[in-house]
Amino acid sequence: MQTDNLKRNLTLIPGVTLQEIVYATKGYNLDVQANAESVVQVAQEIDKAGFFIEAITGVDWLGEKAALKKEADDKAKAAAAAAATESEQQPSLPVNESPALLEDELEIVYDFNHYTSFCRLTVRVRVPRSNPQLPTISAIYPGADWHERETHDFFGIKFLGHPNLIPLLLPEDSDFHPLLKDFKA
Amino acid sequence: MSAFLERQTDETFVLNLGPQHPATHGVLRVKLLMDGEYILAAEPVLGYIHRMHEKMGENRTWIQYLPNTPRLDYLHALVYNQIYVNAVERASGIEVPERAEYIRVITVELNRISSHLVWFGAFVMDLGGFTPLLYAFDDREHILDLLEALTGSRLTYCYFRFGGVSCDIDDNFITGTKTFIKRMRERLKMYRSLVTGNIILIKRIKDNGPISEEMCRKYGATGPVARGSNINFDVRKHEPYSVYPEFDFDVPVYSECDSMARYMVRMDEMEQSLRIIEQALEKLPDGPFLLAKAPKVVKPPKGDYYQAVEAARGSLGMRIVSDGTNNCYRLKWRSPTFSNLSLFGEACQGMLLPDALALMGSLDLVIPEIDR
Repeated sequence: MQTDNLKRNLTLIPGVTLQEIVYATKGYNLDVQANAESVVQVAQEIDKAGFFIEAITGVDWLGEKAALKKEADDKAKAAAAAAATESEQQPSLPVNESPALLEDELEIVYDFNHYTSFCRLTVRVRVPRSNPQLPTISAIYPGADWHERETHDFFGIKFLGHPNLIPLLLPEDSDFHPLLKDFKA
Repeated sequence: MSAFLERQTDETFVLNLGPQHPATHGVLRVKLLMDGEYILAAEPVLGYIHRMHEKMGENRTWIQYLPNTPRLDYLHALVYNQIYVNAVERASGIEVPERAEYIRVITVELNRISSHLVWFGAFVMDLGGFTPLLYAFDDREHILDLLEALTGSRLTYCYFRFGGVSCDIDDNFITGTKTFIKRMRERLKMYRSLVTGNIILIKRIKDNGPISEEMCRKYGATGPVARGSNINFDVRKHEPYSVYPEFDFDVPVYSECDSMARYMVRMDEMEQSLRIIEQALEKLPDGPFLLAKAPKVVKPPKGDYYQAVEAARGSLGMRIVSDGTNNCYRLKWRSPTFSNLSLFGEACQGMLLPDALALMGSLDLVIPEIDR
């Protein structure tokens, strides 16, 4: 099978992990986690396997790290409290301080599909919010050109090496990125 | 850069097509670099009616966003209803009654025919034939009347609900639709003899605007554009949704890759849609048209979900990311014409301007869907 080949080739790329998804509940078949260094190679493999490009978009995960930290802290506190009541002692055990807050990220989501095989494929790349940039794949898929321009419009993500990264849907002089969660009109 | 661009030219000029031009079917502007009558390079300029529907999706509750969906594509609006309710139903695990699914298919397919009829009329008008537009709008009027009586609106329908449809179809609708099918078959026959076989049309669009299979893949072209380029891809067959697997219908595919092939695909598709409606009316099951416990408030569980359906212009996609609250966290529309238009710049290089307009007409553009 062509897709089995692709899966094997993708796992060989450093920094890439695959996850099979249940189509009936999620609507796609394969989730590929990549990073800014590997995304071009991933796109090349997908191109070789004959997939076509559906779309590229972003997701702003502002506040995700804080929520995760709070969750971990609450858990640690609850565990400490439980331990304290169990041993009927004053809470002598110090509550584990979780590490400093990590920076929130922007996620770039690439959707690919195949004309003949039943395999809808999603590639995800995360970049830091303060410096969102990754290489373009428009040299591999010319169709990615517009999708990347749109993603740059909405999220301010820079696609390095893009031939024409100017506003596509927003006004030509716009310097704002409306789909960022901290965007205020 | 193509070989054509590298050619030495003495004198070039920039020609602005649009944003107000009848051939662009809306507010689309194309910056053309011309060498006399020939196009050296073309750059579509988008965004004239960009309304940021995706941000609106984040600001409204799930149900409040429903009336936004038909505004994206005023010609095949019901399929936008369908993809949104399907995506939310998939995410929330809502089961839809069978009768509701049948009603959805019947109305979506009627809407598909009306969309193709507008394309048919407008395309032939682009090529200089005015009469077919009036015939096509006459037929379309019958569909709009049927759908207006059922849904209350003529273009921007908001008829589907999470868990069904807003009201049941009645006998008037069923008999009206059956009469329409009979009428439409006759009309399609007439279109074939009046337009399809017309020598002027054939001369204009045969071998015009070649789009190769590989170009379709690289740009993500779908729908009649891909099917006119020998790609047998229809979401209704490829990733079956709703009750489409219950019906017997064909996917018209042509291998010529030219505007004529794309024209033929759409003409054949109208006939296939009629077949689907006919079978659906025949098999229409009894039962509720809306879940008795249809949710008034939905809160899909955390996670992201994808939904694809076949719109009149190609594979329409939607990705929703839910954080488990009243509002959607992120909502993305994958519009088929956005991808189909993105290949125009490459496809029209070296063409005569009137030929490029024929190619553009054969892409069946709906600008609000591109600009979103």
